[in-house]
Amino acid sequence: MNISKVRNDFPILKRKVNGKPLVYLDNAATSQKPRQVLEAIKEYYEKHNANVARGVHTLANEATQMYEESRGKVAGFIGARKDEVVFVRNASEGLNLVAFSWGLNKLKKGDVVVTSVLEHHSNMLPWRMVVEKTGAELKYIDVDDEGGLLLKGKSKTKVSGVKIGSMEQVLVGKVKLVAVSAKSNMTGALQPIEAVVKAVRRVNRRVVIVVDGSHSVPHMITDVKKLGVDFLSYSGHKMLGPMGSGVLWGRKKLLEEMPPFLRGGDMISEVTLESEEWNRVPHKFEAGTPNVAGAVGLAAAVDYLTRVGMKEIYKHEIKLTNYALKKLKELKGDVEVYGPSEADKRAGVVTFNVKGVHAHDVAQILDREGVAVRSGQHCTGPLFERLGIPASVRASFYLYNLKEEIDVMVEALKKVKEVFKI
Amino acid sequence: MDDLYREQIVDHYKNPRNFGELDDATVKVRETNASCGDMVEWVMKIDGGKVKEVRFKGLGCAISTAAASMLTEKVKGKRIGDLGKISDEDMVELLGVKINLGRIKCVTLPLKAMQKAVEEYEQKD
Repeated sequence: MNISKVRNDFPILKRKVNGKPLVYLDNAATSQKPRQVLEAIKEYYEKHNANVARGVHTLANEATQMYEESRGKVAGFIGARKDEVVFVRNASEGLNLVAFSWGLNKLKKGDVVVTSVLEHHSNMLPWRMVVEKTGAELKYIDVDDEGGLLLKGKSKTKVSGVKIGSMEQVLVGKVKLVAVSAKSNMTGALQPIEAVVKAVRRVNRRVVIVVDGSHSVPHMITDVKKLGVDFLSYSGHKMLGPMGSGVLWGRKKLLEEMPPFLRGGDMISEVTLESEEWNRVPHKFEAGTPNVAGAVGLAAAVDYLTRVGMKEIYKHEIKLTNYALKKLKELKGDVEVYGPSEADKRAGVVTFNVKGVHAHDVAQILDREGVAVRSGQHCTGPLFERLGIPASVRASFYLYNLKEEIDVMVEALKKVKEVFKI
Repeated sequence: MDDLYREQIVDHYKNPRNFGELDDATVKVRETNASCGDMVEWVMKIDGGKVKEVRFKGLGCAISTAAASMLTEKVKGKRIGDLGKISDEDMVELLGVKINLGRIKCVTLPLKAMQKAVEEYEQKD
């Protein structure tokens, strides 16, 4: 991977922030976009824009073709069938789609839904809504010392007064749905999805497994044929695509059984005043005018990532993570790092605190040096309660980051110590 | 350094004024910023319609701690009726530095706590 060539493709990386070169280490929040994606979107609007599947004129045909070809590219990227890929606004919308369409219709009192304490709110709140409305029960898997799902053992932990346990403790009863993330956006830990799938299938082969792939799909090879799960939701904007693009992949059989999520134009095959017939999958789940430009942009992002190579990107992030962990250790007792101790178990996300200084203040001082990191609770409030910390700083890398940028961050952390006299 | 983190702010953060609790408090409230885990507990002893004593406790960033500390200094001895006049803009002015959009909630957190306390007191009456 020629990194300076890659960096050249991202116009925003030339920016200055507070007079300093931008050091963008907030990729878990959103990724920057290469020229190729920006040009694809621009070209769509300049040359091919029309509404899709609605007209017979040339532009309409071009736009429809581009939209469906994008779907095919995006499907290929995750080893999926084209008709199992639903375009959504983002991972959150995809997860809500499953909750509303599958959850509300298939769950009832006495059923059990399992998620985990480390989930992003978008992979927790939809299931809370579902159990509230259906009377099913929601159970939470605890987290281990390395920030990953706690698979075995007897945990007696309570968070907000709610008992949480190991996976083997909570996979009990009429478990119907399990929703977990492939990689924690806070600890960075890669989750043992294979082990989860095995354990769940042993309990009941028909349990629906939903995976939040927001932080895995952009950074490593994903093949839904091998994953063995039933739904995978992820956002385009975290993988070089535009905001407003995202994917819900689902097994065709399940998608066919589910009622629509949103209703309106294009998700029907016939409408009378009396009745309606739903369109085929995946169009059944795409009501109204879609974000065609978003899909085109996402396909261009897929092209870009495929050209660079997901294996290369993953290797690069491991190197950066190793380097960051090493440099942070040099700050000795002043910095506390959370999550897996080994870089290859956490690929690209390093969450930490500077002792005695609130995460916001650290992020603010880093910003002064041009360094962009995230601070706060990263939309994982229950996880912070479980870990007993109020907030943290998160540095997250992607294909265009450099070791030198980590050096800038570490120098800036030394400045934090100066300002707060620690 | 330009500064959000001028000497005064860091001083208030490391040596917050009126930090602690009150035994015979008239009113005590708790306010949080869900997104960052900042929390402020605001306690006041009100006598003859005036703030006789005020304390705060909490877990927070330098900005919210300094803002709370400065706010306690500002309201001590004031009439309860006057506290409602303090605005978000007043808080920013109190800190004396430029606050960017992302940190406004840090500055207004103690103000919100105090407003909640005043409301609770006025409802008791």
